[in-house]
Amino acid sequence: MSLLHKSLLPKSPSIRTKKLGIWIALLAIVAIVGLLAYSQQLVKGLTVTGMGREIAWGLYVSNFTFLVGVAASAVILVLPYHIYRAEEFRALALIGESVAVSSVVMCILFVLVDLGRIDRIAYVVRYPNLTSVMFFDLIVLSGYLAMNAFIVGGKIFKFENPSLLKLSVYVSIPWAISIHTVTAFIYSGLIARGFWNSAILAPRFLASAFASGAAIMIILSHILGKTSPLSIDRRGTGKLSEIAAFAMVSNMFLLGVEIFTVFYSANPEEIRHFTYLLFGFGDNVYSPLWWISISAGIASTVLLITPSTRKNEIVLFLASSIVLVSIWLEKGLLLIVPAYMPSNLGLTEEYIPTPVEILITSGIWAVGLLILTALLKRVVKTLVLEEAFSPQRIKTQNRN
Amino acid sequence: MAGKMPGRITRRNLVLGTGFLAISIALSDKLVGKALERFQEASNNPRWGVVIDLVEFNRLGDGMRDVVNACRAEHNIPVIEGKDRIEWIWLMRFSNVFPDSVVKGSVFAEMLVPVMCNHCRNPPCVKVCPTQATFKRRDGIVQQDYHRCIGCRYCIAACPYDARSFNWRDPRPYINPLNENYPTRTVGVVEKCNLCAERVDGGKIPVCVEASQGTFVFGDLNRLDSEISKVLKSNVFIRRKDHLGTEPKVYYLV
Repeated sequence: MSLLHKSLLPKSPSIRTKKLGIWIALLAIVAIVGLLAYSQQLVKGLTVTGMGREIAWGLYVSNFTFLVGVAASAVILVLPYHIYRAEEFRALALIGESVAVSSVVMCILFVLVDLGRIDRIAYVVRYPNLTSVMFFDLIVLSGYLAMNAFIVGGKIFKFENPSLLKLSVYVSIPWAISIHTVTAFIYSGLIARGFWNSAILAPRFLASAFASGAAIMIILSHILGKTSPLSIDRRGTGKLSEIAAFAMVSNMFLLGVEIFTVFYSANPEEIRHFTYLLFGFGDNVYSPLWWISISAGIASTVLLITPSTRKNEIVLFLASSIVLVSIWLEKGLLLIVPAYMPSNLGLTEEYIPTPVEILITSGIWAVGLLILTALLKRVVKTLVLEEAFSPQRIKTQNRN
Repeated sequence: MAGKMPGRITRRNLVLGTGFLAISIALSDKLVGKALERFQEASNNPRWGVVIDLVEFNRLGDGMRDVVNACRAEHNIPVIEGKDRIEWIWLMRFSNVFPDSVVKGSVFAEMLVPVMCNHCRNPPCVKVCPTQATFKRRDGIVQQDYHRCIGCRYCIAACPYDARSFNWRDPRPYINPLNENYPTRTVGVVEKCNLCAERVDGGKIPVCVEASQGTFVFGDLNRLDSEISKVLKSNVFIRRKDHLGTEPKVYYLV
């Protein structure tokens, strides 16, 4: 039996572990630098950021919003795999859940660094306000983290309890939709900000989330295919590219609906923000960014819906990366800053993230990627072993 | 079998019953409390408001700054320029405050308008605060608890009037002179105009009203015979972003 073990296990060449070591060391350095930058912010206050009287939310809340979408998008893999038994998603579903875990951790960190008085965080549960969407968002996010950690942990550490696992999976599917919907409600429920105050915001969040989530999964399976012994089912990534295409088309459509409604009805509470964003080039940096984001969105959508480009692995990888850039901008800074610009008193100010703010942000990303790396290392091992000892594999091996 | 018999006191029924009772008490307490609040608000509680006569106020010239400075001195508001600034009551051009109610070049456009928290009847900031750090008192004043605020700035996003300021840095080095009778704030919390709740509770009027040389009127909107009610009955007034339904209690006579 022990002989069978060794012959069946794929070899892991030492170069790959060395590369992994460099990767982890690099992330650790970025994380530590981020921590040092955060200590600056703790001492001096949020004055070290670019935020101020007019633009009170910035890079932290932007990244939080984007990552809630990434976390929620695990559902595009969990649903087909667990409910429809889509075998091609066997490996991808587990990877998706790992991405969800690390994204939610990053989300929570981004909320924490944005707080003025982090020492009072317990007040959210001690003095909860049941009319605050933010209170509910923290609840659904922690619940989602717990569920996905349970699903991934169960698989890795083999404490799977089938009925509990099934329950978690069933609950986590609507729950995934809820985390991004509730996050959208944080913004869309505010009468003060015409830029956000739109019922279509939650559907827009979901469409872009599924696009960015599928893109991340395509990129990850490409990287894992190159750096790990895991072979990911091509049919799985093929399905993902179709999901990304559908999601991008929906996202573009919903954005178009929003823009038509705003400009045709010309509601002053809304149009001033969209004018700032779409036609403010020369006056602000966000307008050029919006055009970059929209061009990237259109370009990647074309690449994704055309079968010949979608089926080319390199082009697919490129298109997915472009999707990520487009959505990170769109559901990040381009979602937050224009809501404050021009202000309710007609003032304009330029928000540019400061170096400290950028270091803290990259530090949190590094922490998230460290968690993801650690999880994926275990996930790959589990999946490779699982495949090695699957009944079919042993049967063919014996025949040889 | 025993579990199926209704009314029988089993441990399960007892636990369920107690839980149900607790939930209903908690719920009814909340509902009754809300109803009572509405009732009391409409009956014997005062509902404080401010009326500002814009034309008279602009005749004060340099005296207009007095209302801002009086508030600053009373509430230990730090003097900080730029993006970190803190404002409770400040002056802005009419065209900024009422962008929908002015044509270019009108005499009103250049007028200065004192801007402050509107102490809305339906305050969006109170609804969104995750820790109940901002709340509406029985007399309608929207208060901020500096010891409860976690500094998430959701209320700033929710306020249609940009009436709220965040302490981006430690405010204490920028306070001069210090008023020993009012707390200073720490870095990382939100603050705003409190309609001088500390003075109103002692039977006094807000300092801005005192410093306004009669161009502000403060009073109880619930009493029909109060001066503020009479002024509102016999004058044309506007409120900021009236169409949003927040029901501001700061009125501007034009």
